[in-house]
Amino acid sequence: MDIHEYQAKKILSNFGVTIPRGGIVYSPENAENKAREIGGSKWVVKAQIHSGARGKAGGIIVCNTPLEVAQATDKLLGKKLVTNQTGPKGKIVNRIYIEEATDIEKELYLGLVFDRSSESIMVVASTEGGMSVEEISKEKPETIIRSKIEVAVGMQNFQARELAFGLGIEPDLIRRASDTIIGCYKAFSELDATMVEVNPLVISKQKQILALDCKMSFDNNAMFRRSQVSELRDKTQEDSKEIFASDRGLNYVSLDGNIGNIINGAGLAMASMDMIKLAGGAPANFLDVGGGATPEKIVKAFKLVTMDEKVKVILVNIFAGINRCDWVAEGIVDALKKIEIKVPLVIRLAGTNVEKGNKILKESKINYIEANTLEDAANKAVAALNK
Amino acid sequence: MTVLVDKNSKIIIQGFTGKMGSFHADEMIKYGSNVVGGVTPGKGGSKHLDLPVFNTVKDAVNETGADASILFVPPAFAADSAMEAADAGIKICVAIVDGIPSHDMIRIKRYMRRYTKSSKMTLVGPNCAGIISPGKSMLGIMPGHIYKEGRIGIISRSGTLGYEAAQQLKNLNIGVSTSVGIGGDPINGSSFRDIIEKFETDEETDAILMIGEIGGPQEVAAGEFAKENMKKPVIAYIAGLTAPKGRVMGHAGAIVSAYGESAIEKVEILKECGITISKNPSVMGDTVKSVLEKM
Repeated sequence: MDIHEYQAKKILSNFGVTIPRGGIVYSPENAENKAREIGGSKWVVKAQIHSGARGKAGGIIVCNTPLEVAQATDKLLGKKLVTNQTGPKGKIVNRIYIEEATDIEKELYLGLVFDRSSESIMVVASTEGGMSVEEISKEKPETIIRSKIEVAVGMQNFQARELAFGLGIEPDLIRRASDTIIGCYKAFSELDATMVEVNPLVISKQKQILALDCKMSFDNNAMFRRSQVSELRDKTQEDSKEIFASDRGLNYVSLDGNIGNIINGAGLAMASMDMIKLAGGAPANFLDVGGGATPEKIVKAFKLVTMDEKVKVILVNIFAGINRCDWVAEGIVDALKKIEIKVPLVIRLAGTNVEKGNKILKESKINYIEANTLEDAANKAVAALNK
Repeated sequence: MTVLVDKNSKIIIQGFTGKMGSFHADEMIKYGSNVVGGVTPGKGGSKHLDLPVFNTVKDAVNETGADASILFVPPAFAADSAMEAADAGIKICVAIVDGIPSHDMIRIKRYMRRYTKSSKMTLVGPNCAGIISPGKSMLGIMPGHIYKEGRIGIISRSGTLGYEAAQQLKNLNIGVSTSVGIGGDPINGSSFRDIIEKFETDEETDAILMIGEIGGPQEVAAGEFAKENMKKPVIAYIAGLTAPKGRVMGHAGAIVSAYGESAIEKVEILKECGITISKNPSVMGDTVKSVLEKM
């Protein structure tokens, strides 16, 4: 789960990270007042969307008067911002963060992620803040320093100090810098985060160490014990079909093609998408109804896939194990009584009681194309598209 | 000897009296697995499915001599249950459950570092289908009948894609020595490399089919291990050629976040390691067959 910049800043400031003064607003009038309240003579108006690279997309505007702040807010609110991370549809701006401008002396990078190789938390830092970590590792890999943290004992002061000295921070500021790094580590480990990124972490001309932009992502599997974090979810930043799916226990990812998929198991779903591509088609979605594929989930899956107007063919591929094919077939027949399908439907069943399952489908008089193997299913789906 | 489980494995079910635990215990018993009892805290002393129920894994091990366990407890309690099994002297534990927080998985693995190699429990999963040695024992939730007895080892992150492979092999009259589902999570108990190493020394396995997917470093680590250390042929399929970058594809671990984690990159690296690639998921069986014919 992702959260907004301003939410991440609030969290990190609770862990001792210093952030510039700022506040969230929802209207231009609000924005003007907020700018006066913050004070100073220069402000930054920042569109809050779940994406990086907002600056290049025009989502960050520097202003010199409270009136300009109001105008910039007016310009951004309700707009769809398209960044290199949002996809062509972009993301809608519903919240604006107003922040005092910072006199930047130096921009640094600080990030924390899970390292899947060492199964520990990895802190990554670089002197080249402001660029994405991908750009840094491509263009200035020699500036990257890393520290692996033993989770059982947590991050130690010396580890944070080593990073701070490694970034070339002057001696007077080392203590503040290492407190900032440890604050980020604590937020990561105590809130079940999967990513914390402060980019840039800046040293201001007034010798403050400030988190100028922050991103945090959290482990969906841990949200049952992180109610304060899960409340920060902003559904306006998610695809509506993906919300429909996640609320119903389905794993769904919206894609650009036109063959809708209903498959049990994530691996089999990816494999089926690969077969569709090989057959010359393109998947409209990834959809895993779960290894068990209960009839209830299949009904929900049909609802979801038929919501997508791009879909011109539906491919169902179920490998039944403990859930037998006859049971799955009954679920499909039941779903088709409730939901009208206007596009060709290809069904491939495999596994336990496959003959019985196919017999139920045939006798049900539903209009479908039967397929036997993974390859057969993909070929028939693409062929149905071209008819 | 078979990999991880055999006819003599004494199995207990953790979360025995729940719906999932009861159903799959019954399936395992029908398959012929030697299930000796189960654990549900607070229900010790009672009987379930004609087998004894214990309060703790330690009690179960002391009373039954159990050496294998399978977890059907909710994700919030799964880490605790896995550590309890490790502490009680269980040798192999399969965690079926989907949804264990990553921070918990790291905690389990750190906890297990206190044991020496010979006394350390092997954890398989979570978010997996489990282990089956066809005709001998099933410590999992797979449909046993699709696995023919034979001499191919299967390792798969995905459950249903592992079934697909077993079915393709069966259709070609090729059997399986052991199939291990290592699960779809970012941090798991056993990696491809851990299991591939066990297959290399297994007398009942001639070749290994490894079914990977996008995300994480494990397929590449296994490939590098195979290149240096293995004599048996390895065949691999990597799912997710069409998966977009930066998105989680169903499995929490199926996300491309670094170089070498996309399907195309993994395939290239594995080829360089001398591994035979099944170019698409419908020819996993055929690819294994063609490798066997060359042996």
